Amino acid sequence: MARQIKKKRVPVPEQDPKERIHNFNEVALGYTWELATEEASRCIQCPVNFAPCIKGCPVNVNIPGFIKKILEKDVKGALEIIHKTNALPGITGRVCPQEEQCEMNCVMGKLGDRINIGKLERFVADEARKMGIHPEVTMAPKNGKKVAIVGSGPAGLTAAADLVKMGYDVTVFEALHDLGGVLIYGIPEFRLPKDIVRYEVEYLKSIGVKFEKNVVIGKTYTLYELLEDYDAVFLGTGAGTPKFLNLPGVNLKGIYSANEFLTRINLMKAYKFPEYDTPIKKGKRLAVIGAGNVAMDAARSALRVGYEEVYILYRRTREYMTAREEEIAHAEEEGVKFMFLVSPVGFVGDADGNVRVVRLIMNELGEPDESGRRKPVPIPGTEFGLEVDAVVFAIGQKPNKVLYQEVPELKVTRWGTLVVDEKYRTTMRGVFAGGDAVRGESTVVLAMGDGKKAAKAIDEYIKTGEWPEEIKPQSF
Amino acid sequence: MFEILDKKILAPNIKWIRVHAPLVARSAHAGQFIVLRLHERGERIPLTLFKWSKEEGSIELVFQEVGKTTYELGSYDPGDKIMDIVGPLGKPTHIENYGTAVIVSGGVGAPIGYAVTKALKDAGNHVVSIIGFRSKQYVILEDEFRKVSDELLITTDDGSYVRKGFTTDVLKEYLEKGGKADYVFTVGPVIMMKLIAKITKEYGIKTDASLNPIMVDGTGMCGACRVTVGGEIKFACVDGPDFDAHQVDFDELMSRLVEYRPEEKIALDRYVKGVR
Repeated sequence: MARQIKKKRVPVPEQDPKERIHNFNEVALGYTWELATEEASRCIQCPVNFAPCIKGCPVNVNIPGFIKKILEKDVKGALEIIHKTNALPGITGRVCPQEEQCEMNCVMGKLGDRINIGKLERFVADEARKMGIHPEVTMAPKNGKKVAIVGSGPAGLTAAADLVKMGYDVTVFEALHDLGGVLIYGIPEFRLPKDIVRYEVEYLKSIGVKFEKNVVIGKTYTLYELLEDYDAVFLGTGAGTPKFLNLPGVNLKGIYSANEFLTRINLMKAYKFPEYDTPIKKGKRLAVIGAGNVAMDAARSALRVGYEEVYILYRRTREYMTAREEEIAHAEEEGVKFMFLVSPVGFVGDADGNVRVVRLIMNELGEPDESGRRKPVPIPGTEFGLEVDAVVFAIGQKPNKVLYQEVPELKVTRWGTLVVDEKYRTTMRGVFAGGDAVRGESTVVLAMGDGKKAAKAIDEYIKTGEWPEEIKPQSF
Repeated sequence: MFEILDKKILAPNIKWIRVHAPLVARSAHAGQFIVLRLHERGERIPLTLFKWSKEEGSIELVFQEVGKTTYELGSYDPGDKIMDIVGPLGKPTHIENYGTAVIVSGGVGAPIGYAVTKALKDAGNHVVSIIGFRSKQYVILEDEFRKVSDELLITTDDGSYVRKGFTTDVLKEYLEKGGKADYVFTVGPVIMMKLIAKITKEYGIKTDASLNPIMVDGTGMCGACRVTVGGEIKFACVDGPDFDAHQVDFDELMSRLVEYRPEEKIALDRYVKGVR
């Protein structure tokens, strides 16, 4: 059977960069039926037990399976295939780093472009949402056991979805006033519309997951209290505490953590100030320190709130940037400027304490460090200043310690992440953890994978009551 | 939603409300605060806890109308509802029997000062309360303080009530006269706390200050509330709000507190003009 190989990936329509930097609407517009069908038809349908895309997916979605259903115009069928292992396709289709997971080993990559799996997954989720289609789920009968989930981010939502289907009575506790964790406060609207997060949360509610907002575990309730009321607890508390560099002037006004900058914009809608009450500093030039996805989100958000010139300041070179290629490309198209091989050494303010200058030093690349990346080494005498109106630190986050600062039983690593074993069991009986709380900073889909595996382990623990004498730390 | 149960005007632009918030009430301690959001378009602001009742499931807040959100909250009446309240947040004030504890509160720092005074009194301290206000009409919570204090020293900036002077003057005189102080707790305007800390440092008295920086989430997530304490960056919402007053960089805190002054003015002007 001679089959025509379509080498070229079907491009995804996007908002024009000149237009989109003035709005928060989604950048990638998504495939139409025609385009999706065209892209789906490129898939050569590797058998399920061989397909490298399935192996590359942290939650092992049957990718050829759902792509086939697109060709059959069967949205419900496609959605149900995805939902077997992934309860949040509208989200993962948008924010997963597909190029280093499912798409990385796509066989089509040897013949031409790889299949655009992410955008096809998103297409299925979006069409289902438009058509009001929900997957048929099999719900186990209620078993009378209760599980508390702490944090409504991707790890928590996934664990909640799986446990409720297994028959558990599941309550998710969230500290903020809105549900979704980093999906709501961190990832910008133009990359992940909040309506999509809400839709997925509503779906979980419809299958019986209970949510309690405005509850900080460790403050409103202690972890000990949760363990009295619930048969098991899952901690999906993320990595929400921002890091700063303790440099001279770091607390000048106009210097933000990426978390604060993005929370003001995403969660609090500061871009709509004064219609919304939360303000954000505006100005002409803003510098972002760091070059990961969060840095790209901050830089692109800054353009949209009105900064005319936005710089990414990175201590290494382009090839070491940790942001996804798509995010870097989008940032470049939108006019974000990149300055490589520079490290901040301090900040200078005006008489009122507003930041005015970032002092930078030039680096050269030295020997590889423990991460295998060449270490930036400052070159003496190369200091210079960059005038700015605001600065955003996007150099990483660590787990929020509020929950465990008064729970000595919970062991943490030297990076502040929770110690868990291969079954996501913490050092406290009945308490499980996953996502960024155990990984430090990672991705939405790996957090979901953890939530999924932890749900299984929780089910096993509640059924058997077995808990090891000693927890053998798993490294991530 | 959190219903307002009761409301009183304590002084010009200073209001007291009692709010149904059983989850906060059940675990609140002196020195802690809540973060509230009035409605869908509202900002998140921290307010300190004045009193709470586990039995009634209610909390009491005292606030001054200074910006749009506090003015709007001040316009709410019993029966009206606040969309979001989260708490109790921050570490409770460290309470122990020091011997003699002096609590210095200024202006709308008084509600926290009261909560801490009561807790220190309950812990067996001899408590001396120094409370200062701008003028007679701004004096609040006098009766409450009297009930939980062994000595109560009141002062007004303009001398329109009891005496003229700042709380710093009162503390200085108290110490100069040989008044005992094994521990000092201070809460109020930053400049006042800075000067109180200066005095107690000279006398070598352990002093905690309750800080009130700008916050967004109030749970350690954003770093808006960062303060420098002993040369290190601390987040007031989770590491505080109480810190060793002799280690705090008060000047930096003062500067950071006015970061959004221009935006606050825009929001308030708009609110006063009735734009919704």
